[in-house]
Amino acid sequence: MFTRHRAVILKLCSAIFMFGAWEIAGRIPVSFAFPTFFESLAAFWVLIMDGSMFRAYAETLKPLVIGVLISGFFGIAIGLWIGLNRAFDWLVSPIFVVMQTAPLAALIPLLVMAYGIGLTSKVFVVCIMAMPVIVLNTAGAVRNTSVSLIEMGKAFLGTRRDIILKIILPSASPVIFAGLRLGVSAGFIGAILAELKITPTGVGDIISYSRSIADYPSMYAAIASIIVLAVLFLNLLERLEGFLFKGNRKTLVSD
Amino acid sequence: MNTTITENAVAVRNVYKNYGDVEALRDLSLDFPKGQLTSLLGPSGCGKTTLLKIIAGLLPANSGEVLVNGQPVSGPGPDRAFVFQDFALMPWASTIRNVAFGLELRGVAKSEREAVAEKYIAAVGLKGFENSYPHELSGGMRQRVGLARALSVNAEVLLMDEPFSAVDEQTRRKFQEDLLGLVQNENKTFLFVTHSIEEAVYVSDQVAILLPRPSRVSEIIRPQGFRNKDVDSIRRDPEYLDLVDKIWASLRSYVE
Ligand SMILES: Nc1ncnc2c1ncn2[C@@H]1O[C@H](COP(=O)(O)OP(=O)(O)OP(=O)(O)O)[C@@H](O)[C@H]1O
Ligand SMILES: [Mg+2]
Repeated sequence: MFTRHRAVILKLCSAIFMFGAWEIAGRIPVSFAFPTFFESLAAFWVLIMDGSMFRAYAETLKPLVIGVLISGFFGIAIGLWIGLNRAFDWLVSPIFVVMQTAPLAALIPLLVMAYGIGLTSKVFVVCIMAMPVIVLNTAGAVRNTSVSLIEMGKAFLGTRRDIILKIILPSASPVIFAGLRLGVSAGFIGAILAELKITPTGVGDIISYSRSIADYPSMYAAIASIIVLAVLFLNLLERLEGFLFKGNRKTLVSD
Repeated sequence: MNTTITENAVAVRNVYKNYGDVEALRDLSLDFPKGQLTSLLGPSGCGKTTLLKIIAGLLPANSGEVLVNGQPVSGPGPDRAFVFQDFALMPWASTIRNVAFGLELRGVAKSEREAVAEKYIAAVGLKGFENSYPHELSGGMRQRVGLARALSVNAEVLLMDEPFSAVDEQTRRKFQEDLLGLVQNENKTFLFVTHSIEEAVYVSDQVAILLPRPSRVSEIIRPQGFRNKDVDSIRRDPEYLDLVDKIWASLRSYVE
């Protein structure tokens, strides 16, 4: 209980420190285009009250949620397959390594040419950002499953399916979840990037519109809101992991 | 009971095993009579685990064959259960799930398999730790979880790879006595790897002494006189003491 309180207090301190630094940097000011924390907070309030923030998220969340779901599901599935099958590994892994290192901004025009400026292209951008790290983490974790646990599964007559579902996946889950967390963060970046580079909609629209009229507090309010949302979502993912694999978490700490 | 003809539960015939350039087993043959306990005793790295895994059907031999109840082994089977040297417990599973895992993989219903698991958890002295995770147990306790898991599938042949290596001396002695009870009362065959000469002589119907790599059986010793004696007096039996000395004499040349 005590440590739990301490964690909350320390997190609050960290937030206060960050916002404080922001406020000070805004007051110096670092740049005339950099508003203070409280100015941005006020702008955020206005955006909430006139409903434009909600309308923006209704747009932005579409490619984000679809892209993250696709990346999560197919990312884990493909990663699992790569981890289990050497030949498939050689065939497919390079694609994801390239995807991970490719300069996305340069690829966006290609995507737009192929899929237009609609939702499809944006979903693609989110996937390109989110999927590689999920795939590569999953594959690595699956490949590193303890040989002796797999032998144990075989010795006690587990089928291939049993061994994958009951041994390989649970044992890989900490690293898979680490990949998911990284992938989801990258997906958030991808969603905003898509809106800035393809067509300004949703939160990307608030950012580019308020920049064009030099309304910097609104611009930073929009940027900060996406970061806050990402942090909340990552926390949720962590809870899910703790709930699904109780023993694992503790082992990582102690072993 | 007919004691002159003993069937072999497991027969190993001319088995060779190489790991790349490392020759682990060379032309190893050994019989494991049904209902008896056979110890494998030999220097570290001589191939005891390898032999057990070949018998379990977890590793293929390069040549030769292994028969279990007269049938050649092609893979793991319900007639054999393994106690792993490194315990092989699932860190994300509680004691009871780990112990019941063999039954879970056989499709036994949850309530039924947990009832069986509870019985064996109590038998190895872990009552009260059913819901603990492996990292919450000591090394010796983890080893006992692995032991309970192998016992709970009720296999005819138990392949035990140093099953008591991590438990304390008191528990070890109690387990040795329990093991003698098991051998006597249940018609099971035990293949028991140990590094302890005393332990091997104490619990075994036959002790197979293996040579260093590439491994073959150098000698088979069958304690005769004290097997039917009271468990407490075995350690003072002259034959027991003689055998311990004799085995030490033949093993010490490899240590030096
Ligand atoms: N997977 C493997 N790959 C390569 N070599 C191996 C492998 N497993 C075992 N060996 C080698 O085979 C030999 C026998 O190993 P094994 O584990 O069977 O020994 P052991 O008798 O069980 O030893 P210990 O008493 O220390 O457990 C060792 O020299 C080891 O180096
Ligand atoms: Mg060994």
